[in-house]
Amino acid sequence: MNFAVLQFPASNCDQDCVHAVRVLGHSANFIWHKDTSLGNADAVIVPGGFSYGDYLRCGAIARFSPVMQAVKQFADHGGLVLGICNGFQILCEAGLLPGALIRNRDLQFHCEQVFLKTNNFETPFTSKIPAEKILKIPIAHGEGCYFADKETLDRLVAHRQVLWQYCDANGNLTDSANPNGSLLNIAGICNERRNVAALMPHPDRASEEILGSADGRFIFEGIFAALKGKIDA
Amino acid sequence: MKAKIIITPKKAVVDPQGITVLKALEHMGHRGIKAVHVGKYLEIELDATDKEAACKSLDEAALRFLSNPVIEDYRLEIE
Repeated sequence: MNFAVLQFPASNCDQDCVHAVRVLGHSANFIWHKDTSLGNADAVIVPGGFSYGDYLRCGAIARFSPVMQAVKQFADHGGLVLGICNGFQILCEAGLLPGALIRNRDLQFHCEQVFLKTNNFETPFTSKIPAEKILKIPIAHGEGCYFADKETLDRLVAHRQVLWQYCDANGNLTDSANPNGSLLNIAGICNERRNVAALMPHPDRASEEILGSADGRFIFEGIFAALKGKIDA
Repeated sequence: MKAKIIITPKKAVVDPQGITVLKALEHMGHRGIKAVHVGKYLEIELDATDKEAACKSLDEAALRFLSNPVIEDYRLEIE
């Protein structure tokens, strides 16, 4: 499978994403933000970083990069898109996912391992996560607090679009396990169609044991399996 | 022509910056401050003469790009 990893000015996790995909046995290449084609991509990753210096708002300028038109069309046709950290911010700004990410509740940049509870195992991004498994994945962000109005939150919950929530090591959704104040401890969501998903934690930094956890690989493996299913179908 | 755009967080959005600034003001001895909301201020200088057209164009820019309607409100003034 071939993954297109986008590069915006000041993306800095693009190489980690390409590395993670390759180490897990698939191919990945960089797509510069000014390109209007995704090439022969089977899936797209919008990586972490500080695109455009986080100027104005995180992801606010990147969403207007030429490549995002191609990403939107790719998503409209059912293509799989995964946003990580700044990628989550960009996808929300672009309207491909609902809600927004704002400054962490305690105003501090959090760089630490967090635990995630998976709520819906029936998406390409979560199908390979073992049932009951609490994922240990690092975060590194200053603006990761997920916000949406009540109507949107209710809809996300009703449609099972909240994929991951911050929890403690035992899977409890506590306030102290929430590093940034995200409403409902939301760490990651998907769209209604379940082909676009994003999360603030970095599975790209948790796909090899040497980095402290390889739990992130389950997310990528779900995408690999979904793509294989599409080809075999 | 100069446009001024003031962007503020929506009331429903938790504003930890605003809360922190309020506490700092109280610590400095200021009393009677009920709330502080920290936002953004943009000044845009225009090479235009049609005020109405400029207003319409900037309004669209403010709604679509300069502010995020999920979390922010904006006010536009043109002089």
